[in-house]
Amino acid sequence: MSNEADTAPVSGQAQTEPPARTSVRALFAQTEIDLRLFGMLLALAAILLVFHIWSGGKLVRPVNMITMGVQASGIAIIATGMVLVIVSRNIDLSVGSLVGLIAMSYALLMTDWFPRVFGIPPDAPFQWVLALAIGIGIGAFFGAIQGFIIAYIGVPSFIVTLGGLFSIRGLVWFQSQGAGVTGIDPTFQLIGGGALGSAGETITWGLGLLGCIAVVALLYNSRRQRRRYGFPTRPMWAEVVLVAAGCVASLGVAWFANQSFWPKGLADQYAADHGITPPPGGLQIATGIPFPILLLLGVTLVMTWLATRRRFGRYVYAYGGNPDAAELAGINTRFTILKTYVVMGILCALAAAIATARLNGATLDIGTGYELYVIAAAVIGGTSFAGGIGTIPGAVVGAFVMQAIQYGLAFNNVNSAGQNVVLGLVLIVAVGFDTLNRRHGS
Amino acid sequence: MTVEERTTLVEMRNISVAFGGVHAVKNVSIDLYAGEVVGLVGGNGAGKSTLMRVLSGAHPADTGEILITGDPVTIRSPRDAKAYNIETIYQTLALADNIDAPGNLFLGRERTGRTGGLDDSSMEAETRKIMGRLNPNFTRFKLPVKSLSGGQRQAVAIARAVYFNARILIMDEPTAALGPAETAQVRNLVRQLKEDGIGIFLISHDIHDVFDLSDRISVMYHGEIVDTVKKDDVTADDVLGMIILGKKPDEVTEKDRAAIELRG
Ligand SMILES: Nc1ncnc2c1ncn2[C@@H]1O[C@H](COP(=O)(O)OP(=O)(O)O)[C@@H](O)[C@H]1O
Ligand SMILES: [Mg+2]
Repeated sequence: MSNEADTAPVSGQAQTEPPARTSVRALFAQTEIDLRLFGMLLALAAILLVFHIWSGGKLVRPVNMITMGVQASGIAIIATGMVLVIVSRNIDLSVGSLVGLIAMSYALLMTDWFPRVFGIPPDAPFQWVLALAIGIGIGAFFGAIQGFIIAYIGVPSFIVTLGGLFSIRGLVWFQSQGAGVTGIDPTFQLIGGGALGSAGETITWGLGLLGCIAVVALLYNSRRQRRRYGFPTRPMWAEVVLVAAGCVASLGVAWFANQSFWPKGLADQYAADHGITPPPGGLQIATGIPFPILLLLGVTLVMTWLATRRRFGRYVYAYGGNPDAAELAGINTRFTILKTYVVMGILCALAAAIATARLNGATLDIGTGYELYVIAAAVIGGTSFAGGIGTIPGAVVGAFVMQAIQYGLAFNNVNSAGQNVVLGLVLIVAVGFDTLNRRHGS
Repeated sequence: MTVEERTTLVEMRNISVAFGGVHAVKNVSIDLYAGEVVGLVGGNGAGKSTLMRVLSGAHPADTGEILITGDPVTIRSPRDAKAYNIETIYQTLALADNIDAPGNLFLGRERTGRTGGLDDSSMEAETRKIMGRLNPNFTRFKLPVKSLSGGQRQAVAIARAVYFNARILIMDEPTAALGPAETAQVRNLVRQLKEDGIGIFLISHDIHDVFDLSDRISVMYHGEIVDTVKKDDVTADDVLGMIILGKKPDEVTEKDRAAIELRG
């Protein structure tokens, strides 16, 4: 029996592989690139191109693209969590309010509670770490409460989080007695990006290189694993294409980000402070990748890892695909659902940090409407309300598609009413496209 | 072997299950020995699946008790049942359609690496091994099981039950979606598992399957057990009569017989 079993994998090998076809689909099948994600990246490029031409060739510049990316980062970060929530057949409408609550907490902590209640001086270093930790705690706490009511008491998530949307937003008012708060810790402000809140030229190049190395390492490792078990591997040309694509992308982004420079005033100030005589036209200091985009990058990696490489993610998808099957497999489905909301709370805390940092404080309505953008991003990114289907990178690209449309329209002087009309239509078209595609595919 | 065969693997005593007003299972007692196949037959809605779901931990019994190798046990969840090496092939297959075959086979019992990450390669390798035995034509290890044929999906569900060293195996209509060749494969598998000393509850619509494979046959009718008989003591017609009329062969009247004749 064991002999027979040992030879089994070999029999499942090469000869059963589909014959090589030259269709585009077959080529993609061999590289194992997610065809849908690739299509969305193309769509994103096309959208930018259209607006670029419309603007007379002014839109696609490093400075603009970086601004656009920073604006998208908060929504994109939360959207990675919304994927897991929707995949497991739930929804979270409370994210905007939770962002508001946590943003106000950050602002109050650093302007009032730290000095007054905790006795931490206003210029204390590392208070941004403490603030962030508390914010994450608040997010996890509210996520856990909502998740508990949904998973263990069985109240529909739509209702629970709709209630959350109202009452958590109400709490924001009580926090500050209806006032906005400004003037937070300067280090915390760096989380929001800007010339100073960016990685700088050297680190950006280093990260580009790191990305390149990571692609090679991942592909090599996967190939070695498959070899070890005698599985069919990708053809060598496909590996080379993937490495090349990965390196061009990551080094390309690094190069592009380094084409964005400090504003003249800041650069002159820097030159004066460091006794440098600026060359004619001023000192050119590259900003590199801004921190909020780095944060988004990190979140995307961690969330993808959670979704695809951990039991938790596997259970989320299994539950979404067939709740009964997950239950009968002995999975603790309730705890799994609860955890998706805790993750959501933590992501809200990160998005709130970016929003607070960018505003240098918090207003009462910060985060309002986030839930709609986040859900739209996840759905444009291919997440299905039927459950079980959706990817983290898809949602991130979805958020960028939305931001590109908004930013591109605004850049061409279309007002927010017009932007909303287009966004809504894009949402419907994207989902309609998916629906047709799935009906066709099956 | 003879000693082993006398080991009572499972005893379900006086099990009752009601769904609202529907008494799906009424005071049913049934047992199973090691290396034995007990066929569970009955018309649609007779309560076969419900009775077995109690043993699988999928649904709690309202009353009654379960003994495994003589010891009373509480089975509250599928996890409990699996801890007693009770494996189930559900009538619905209970597969997550959006996940691939290895993912389904190891669902809830994933193999992980040192840091707790899913070890997909090793799970795929194991799946290839067992599918190589059960369904050698199976090659779609990376696709969501939604895209597989009915027979292949059934093979995944069977593989999942067999892989984890079941001692007690529940097969609820395991050949429903299968063609003749695949059905023959499942029959061989049942015989082989029986040889290995596994006790099997086999639910099947196909009276020939049941007659071919079972040692004993329990007939259910409207939630109750009509009778449990040794296969060698009865004919297929006797069993059919019990399924349709809900009466033991010696209780069947001429009138009943005429009614059956009429129905064909
Ligand atoms: N989850 C459920 N909810 C309500 N009624 C059910 C449920 N499951 C089964 N039943 C009812 O219990 C009875 C027995 O069903 P079942 O055990 O599936 O029968 P069988 O497997 O013998 O065809 C039927 O009347 C069925 O309608
Ligand atoms: Mg049934």
